[in-house]
Amino acid sequence: MPFVTASTQRGPYDVIIVGSGAGSGQAAYTLCMEGVRVLMLEAGRQYTPARESAMFQTPDMAPLGEAGTPDKNKGFYDATVNGGWDVPGEPYVSIPDKWGAHFTWWRARMLGGRTNHWGRISLRNGPYDFKPRSRDGLGFDWPITYDDVAPYYDKVELLIGVYGGDISRENTPAGPGDTLLPPPKPLVSDHLLMKRAPRLGIPVLPGRRAVLTRAQDHRTIPGRLHPGNPRAQKILADAMRKRSPCLWATPCGQGCAVAANYQSTTVHLPPALATGNLDVITDAMVYEVTLGKDGRANGVRFVDATTGRHEHVTARVVVLGASAFETARILLNSKSGQFPNGLANSSGLVGRYVLDTVGSSVSGQIPLLESLPPLNEDAADGLQVYVPWWLYPEQLAHKLPFPRGYHIEYGGGKGMPSVGTFSGLEWLTGGSYGRKFKEDARRYYGSFVYFDGRGAMVPNDNCYIEIDPKVKDKFGIPVLRFHWQWGDYEQRQAVHMQETFGQVIEAMGGRVQSPVITDPVKAIAPGGYMIHEVGGTIMGAEARSSVTNRWSQTWDVPNLFVADGGVFPYNADKNPTLTIMALSWRMSDHILGRMRRREI
Amino acid sequence: MTDRRTTIKLIVAAAAAFPSLRARATYMLEPGASPPGDVRQFEPTMDGYGPDPDLIKAYEKGAFWPLTMNAQQRQFAAALSDLIIPEDEHSPSASKVGVVDFIDEWISAPYPLQREDRTTVLHGFAWLDGEAQHRFEQPFARLHEAQQRAICDRICNASRASADLQGPAQFFATYRNLTAAGFYTTLAGRKDLQYIGNVPLTHFDGPPVELLKRLGLS
Repeated sequence: MPFVTASTQRGPYDVIIVGSGAGSGQAAYTLCMEGVRVLMLEAGRQYTPARESAMFQTPDMAPLGEAGTPDKNKGFYDATVNGGWDVPGEPYVSIPDKWGAHFTWWRARMLGGRTNHWGRISLRNGPYDFKPRSRDGLGFDWPITYDDVAPYYDKVELLIGVYGGDISRENTPAGPGDTLLPPPKPLVSDHLLMKRAPRLGIPVLPGRRAVLTRAQDHRTIPGRLHPGNPRAQKILADAMRKRSPCLWATPCGQGCAVAANYQSTTVHLPPALATGNLDVITDAMVYEVTLGKDGRANGVRFVDATTGRHEHVTARVVVLGASAFETARILLNSKSGQFPNGLANSSGLVGRYVLDTVGSSVSGQIPLLESLPPLNEDAADGLQVYVPWWLYPEQLAHKLPFPRGYHIEYGGGKGMPSVGTFSGLEWLTGGSYGRKFKEDARRYYGSFVYFDGRGAMVPNDNCYIEIDPKVKDKFGIPVLRFHWQWGDYEQRQAVHMQETFGQVIEAMGGRVQSPVITDPVKAIAPGGYMIHEVGGTIMGAEARSSVTNRWSQTWDVPNLFVADGGVFPYNADKNPTLTIMALSWRMSDHILGRMRRREI
Repeated sequence: MTDRRTTIKLIVAAAAAFPSLRARATYMLEPGASPPGDVRQFEPTMDGYGPDPDLIKAYEKGAFWPLTMNAQQRQFAAALSDLIIPEDEHSPSASKVGVVDFIDEWISAPYPLQREDRTTVLHGFAWLDGEAQHRFEQPFARLHEAQQRAICDRICNASRASADLQGPAQFFATYRNLTAAGFYTTLAGRKDLQYIGNVPLTHFDGPPVELLKRLGLS
């Protein structure tokens, strides 16, 4: 019975893992496969994708045609349940100031967390991304290099299944050539981008997403990932056989009942549970890491959301993977005589240098794509191709007014019509209605393209989180207060995105839908909107200037680790999830070594 | 509350994690039920569907909150929806495929954006009826199409409408958006557009080579 409660748990456990998303799922997988007994605590409810994912449901079966609401922010069928920009009974405080100082925080109180709905975009950080300060003098270097993490990128790609092209460019590495699945075929709109963007010097590469474009090789991958461990190999081979390749239909964000894409609940947790070494308590809202007399973590306290009771569970090692900011909140709320300012916070840096991703978008309409014949362009649900950052030499020569790059997520095609597909067409139709409107809808359907810039953020002193002195959540736990300010670099980068996207749309023979935004303050999406929360327990080479070390281990408490994005001292343009998993696997290998040496 | 244009822009930016969500951006709500302020506290809408509804079952219109249009309003809604999306050789008219129920459910919903639209739509109905009485001495729904067009031609494009007709023009834009939303999310609407996805495939071949050639993209 792997799903347990505080009263039916089967301790003693070797490791407690707080959270069940990308970082926690990876840690549970790696540790359980090696025989470690793990207790996982998830704040939200049990969630079963095979039974609960809306897949072939159409918008007319949902209230409001599936439109987003305060109850379901990203649409009725979005896989996020009990979550979103606001979680009932779990407020947070954001200091209102001028536009741009606000932060919005996406949470998902469910097994698997945000991995159930994420975009599945899986890009590796490159060598520059681990040593940004060495390159341009800004922010912080990681205490590790690309070469330290590369073997773990290989492993994660093989385990979860990532499609993409094995093409490397400057600071855009690929693996050894056999870790990625084939990319999906480009759509018509992709072909147009591939033809026209290079005229502006902009490269187009196959996208990379955690979607199975064919069945995983269950014969060879388990042996590569778990050499000398036949039991782990068999469990993984069984798990891989249970996953279906992509059905080339239905949005990944609604979850995948056939496990064709990565979510922790379909890829990490099933094999971990199959080992018999993983127990999970859901509805367990962790608020404190407890400390023994020896100065080591000995367990965590949580509120059982179903009974309201406060519980204490113990283990030899504690791993926090509650999401970067929730992990910082737990540490800051874990005060003791030894750590009056919060656990593992002797540096004073818990909650400091929090980061998101720069986001800015432009859409356009392309006459060449009008009135195309019927095409099934559901494909793999997006990002068949993308644009990696291409101006590294210009940046190094200080020819750009911002130091770090962005990549472009691009989309188009004849997706399933939704409530917004034919809204606001007046700029094209002149306000048609009647038979003409129906003709216009046929003509313009599928002729729109979308450019979303995703850019690096340099850490700054104005972005931090702390415990609010007054406000508590429904469990009585003090909540986070956010401080946020984009830097000039990020704002200038967003303007560059806007101008570039406008140029590319023109090069495609198209028209920009709304004017390109050149006001730096307005060009950038507000903090939190990209849902790439990282930082707050940053890793570094020295205890005085970081919270965690090169192994994601807290400097102050040797048996306390961070498995989520909290350890990022810098957020490159690459979407963070793949790196979170790679670092968590690396951390878990380190924990295994230390446990075997009886150091923890 | 952030104005709608700003909201749309922000949501378009935010929707990128899900390429498939972009197209529905117009009707995405700004994050959270409360405007930017100090404490963000979501108050569950007791009469909404809540943060954890059953996502698998198909819902009838009005499953979560009562529909509120009266018979006269429904008649009005049908007439205007069918003026915007009439029957043609490709597909039936909007009212034939349930668009009135869609709009009724929309403007009866407890959420902030829909409440705002409710005011816009009901005021718009009243304005149109007033205009119909004034010009043709009949309620709008009973006018001939040419008479209805004589009124709507002046408000069908906000950028061309005169200053005193900006309110009605905004209403018409909203109502056309809602009609299109209701219509093109039905099976009939998808067929009209020749949408052929949402079926499981064993492989995905990409577009035909001949098409790419014709477009100069091979």
